[in-house]
Amino acid sequence: MGRFEFYGQGLPAVDTHDLKGTLVVVEGADGVGRSTHIGLLKEWLESRGHAVLDTGMTRSALAGKGLKAAKEGHTLGALTMSLFYATDFADRLENEMIPALRAGFVVLTDRYIYSLMARATIRGADAQWVKGVYEFALKPDIVVYLRATVDELTTRVVQTSGFNYWESGMDLRLGDDMFDSFTAYQGRLLNVFDTMAREYEFHVVDSSASIQNVSEQIKSLLEPLLITV
Amino acid sequence: MRAYGKDRFPGRLFIVEGIDGSGKSTQLALLQKWLESEGYGTFFSEWNSSALVRDVTRRGKKKHMLTPMTFSLIHATDFADRTEQHIIPPLKAGALVLADRYVYTAFARDVARGVDRAWVRNLYRFAVKPTIAFYFRISVDEAMKRIVGGRDAISYYEAGMDRQLSGDVEESFRLFQGAIIDEYDRMVNEFGLVVIDASCSIEAQQVQMRQIVTKALTGARKNRIRRWVDLNSMVRASRP
Repeated sequence: MGRFEFYGQGLPAVDTHDLKGTLVVVEGADGVGRSTHIGLLKEWLESRGHAVLDTGMTRSALAGKGLKAAKEGHTLGALTMSLFYATDFADRLENEMIPALRAGFVVLTDRYIYSLMARATIRGADAQWVKGVYEFALKPDIVVYLRATVDELTTRVVQTSGFNYWESGMDLRLGDDMFDSFTAYQGRLLNVFDTMAREYEFHVVDSSASIQNVSEQIKSLLEPLLITV
Repeated sequence: MRAYGKDRFPGRLFIVEGIDGSGKSTQLALLQKWLESEGYGTFFSEWNSSALVRDVTRRGKKKHMLTPMTFSLIHATDFADRTEQHIIPPLKAGALVLADRYVYTAFARDVARGVDRAWVRNLYRFAVKPTIAFYFRISVDEAMKRIVGGRDAISYYEAGMDRQLSGDVEESFRLFQGAIIDEYDRMVNEFGLVVIDASCSIEAQQVQMRQIVTKALTGARKNRIRRWVDLNSMVRASRP
């Protein structure tokens, strides 16, 4: 019996007993600074002698491009999008994350099943169905949840990338324009995340502090999980 | 979210299932011809045909990138797109939707690949329950004869070569399709599949299909539109 287990039935023909790395999930809303912190963590981990694999949504060799192309069109339905993301995730789990864990890497993943479950649920998918679908996922060692209020998110998004169609949940048309839809959509996501934070024991980090401060908090959460020689 | 067996649409959904070489596509095409000649509007949808997803699946198969899990999920994605775009809207419009392969294909194949039975049934819970699901039962040997005679090669995944059951394609096909037939057989009762003996003559099978479909057509709309070609031929026929 290894350290890792699946949420449910798991993956066919995948043995977990020899997985020995560390699976670290960074979750949080759009524009909360996930990629900044993952970059900083990677630097820190590597400087301390840990091999790191970082991965994130729509980066799978199998479905990444197809999913991005589908999002550019105007026919992608909610259910199809959810399952497309599930395919992308499964491909990365089996072909990137699990092999890296087997080789003893620290795997840093920008979002995990929680974001995917939240997005699907908000778009009308049944919560039990979504949970059932993602039963093939590995339970991570830790989920760091970078939390920000909708006000904080809005401020950041305006000053960086600007509002985008999907991050504003424009497929749901929750308001007259991107701003209105963004605030409504991110508000709903925040509620789902707050519920999941309890259910899945997220480590909640308030992202309104300075970058250094947030990074130090994350490092101290990871410290006890890392192999020391 | 919609759930299997919970939808009530004015249209009807007829689907065919069976292994490659069972003759199901031939039978469905004949059924469609007949329904149209009877004045019904039909809409055809086949497995693996979503414009958004198909290329991903094709590339994944070609490059042998698919695991049992991603094979299962990419087909479910394709099916979700077709359900959202091509199955539910015509059913709401009162059309007769004809599908070549349906969720039972996934249940049979994925489980034969080692995917959990309950998991894959949950995955497809959003599917519309067919009005009638025909299962064309045939032995692996008979199917083999038809495929080898008719097409160039047995495909890698259809032969279950990813399962490494045997290094020989034909032997692997035999083992893998045998496992799929076992899964179909156990679904006959579970989902009320209507079994057609695919070793009978094409004509006999079609007669049986039409009798069964007729009973399900009570109250269905005859709303086939006359196409330009039809009108053209009518005009020509009416000329002195």
